[in-house]
Amino acid sequence: MEMDQLYTELILEHNADKTYKHKLAEATTSEHGHNPSCGDDLTLEIDVKDGVIKDAAYTGSGCAISQASASMMLDIIIGKPIKEALRLVNLFLGMIKKEVTDDDKLEELEDAIALKNISNMPARVKCAVLAWHTLQEALVKEEQKEQ
Amino acid sequence: MRDIKEAYKDFPILQRQHHGHRLVYLDSGATTQMPQQVLDTVNDYIKHSNGNPHRGAHVLAIEASKAYEGARDTVQKFINAAHREEIVFTRNTTESLNLIANSYGMHHVKKGDKIVITVAEHHANLVTWQHVCQVTGATLEYMYLDDYGHLLPGEMDKIDEHTKILAFAHVSNVLGMSFPVEELIKRGHAVGATVVLDGAQSTPHQKIDVQALDCDFFVFSGHKMCASQGIGVMYAKRQFLEEMPPFLLGGDMIEYVQEQTTTFNEIPYKFEAGTPNAHGAVTLEAAIHYLEEFGMDQIQAYEHELISYVLPKIIAMPHVHVLGSHDPNEKHGVIAFTIDDVHPHDVAQILDSYGVCCRSGHHCAQPLGAYYEVPASCRLSMYVYTRKEDLDAFLEALKHVRPTMGFND
Repeated sequence: MEMDQLYTELILEHNADKTYKHKLAEATTSEHGHNPSCGDDLTLEIDVKDGVIKDAAYTGSGCAISQASASMMLDIIIGKPIKEALRLVNLFLGMIKKEVTDDDKLEELEDAIALKNISNMPARVKCAVLAWHTLQEALVKEEQKEQ
Repeated sequence: MRDIKEAYKDFPILQRQHHGHRLVYLDSGATTQMPQQVLDTVNDYIKHSNGNPHRGAHVLAIEASKAYEGARDTVQKFINAAHREEIVFTRNTTESLNLIANSYGMHHVKKGDKIVITVAEHHANLVTWQHVCQVTGATLEYMYLDDYGHLLPGEMDKIDEHTKILAFAHVSNVLGMSFPVEELIKRGHAVGATVVLDGAQSTPHQKIDVQALDCDFFVFSGHKMCASQGIGVMYAKRQFLEEMPPFLLGGDMIEYVQEQTTTFNEIPYKFEAGTPNAHGAVTLEAAIHYLEEFGMDQIQAYEHELISYVLPKIIAMPHVHVLGSHDPNEKHGVIAFTIDDVHPHDVAQILDSYGVCCRSGHHCAQPLGAYYEVPASCRLSMYVYTRKEDLDAFLEALKHVRPTMGFND
């Protein structure tokens, strides 16, 4: 893959965008995720009320792919009910695993669809899924609280 | 003595193209490439003499034993050990350190004792001692460094009468630097501590004399010195090995086995359970012979020349920061660096697109990263086949990193 196909403008924009990169004043769950092999390290905070993600943000350090992926994810999950957010997480993970390839179905991932081709770069898959796996863990904890 | 400038021609992998560029391999600190001479030797061995060492009376078992034990003799001479039975073959440096931690550490350290290491240790020389301390109740104490990788004044005083084990890297795999090795070993012995020297990053690059060093244990890996992955060495002074219990149990490490009791084989075999990596040992012996064609002194001088060439150029690049010392005389084969606002993983990816292989990550030294607040970095590391052209290709590719990430410098 050529570098301008990997580091597209969209990915570089999301990497540079710090809208969601801060601590939340109020958070119901904080989840830590990391890639031991490359040093990506991310703490995701979510604020859930009445089963809906009211707000979410992340802190930490990571490569452009992991940071852009986190930003793209938060774009689409804030304001969503837990179940809906979990469905989107699974859709994204399905895309990376090449289980879901139909662009129409992937459309609701919005900008995150730009990471589709990362599945061809085994060394970068972990970077792309870090934020999503971390969110998945956090949401599972939230679901357990509800029960 | 061969001219080292010709060495690169011996390595078939360096003929490879990647992304339309000549492959430039600058990750020898992680693992080295194999020259044709080593490949031919192990190929011949497998074609003609492959058998299970120490087992059986037929021709192949005997030739395999001869090859395996011959490799031990070669390693003994290479590091100048006093006795051949002081050389124990393992899988790698990590396994060697685990052997020492389990068969020595666990039996000689107790609550109230200390194990002293530096904050720059590779996880293999750190997690192992953490484990010994957790099990025994001993304390793991760190010697800290200044901003340029030198031991801070007074840190050596942590080596005191409570210290039972002192373990440290001969050359740091991140900083590329040596600590005051002789002084540390003397200090360790003066307080009665056992000294473990991690030679993973030194043995491939400089002449090693374990008797002159006087360390009690010395460990290294074959795959960082042109041998194959899966063969490593644990050297220990004979009196330590005699006294230590075995680490792994099973075939070949026994003398007599009865239903309820076993007596163990003599050293070094008591520490080599199961079918050994004879193929690996053959590559290690061939690799040592290969390195000796150039001589370790020439290898060390050549790498110093390369470091002196590239280090100032890296330091002079805007937005690039070198970890540890900036003095070429203090750097051995390894330069770790960061680039402003670009994560090392992205740096390595972009370098790769120019055919340049560089390591990125925490280099198995997370506490050092935390101490310097540099969670990850990139690392250039070299070996006998590295050329100035490779370093030029690296420097050229490095210029493209920030522009690729959207910075208009």
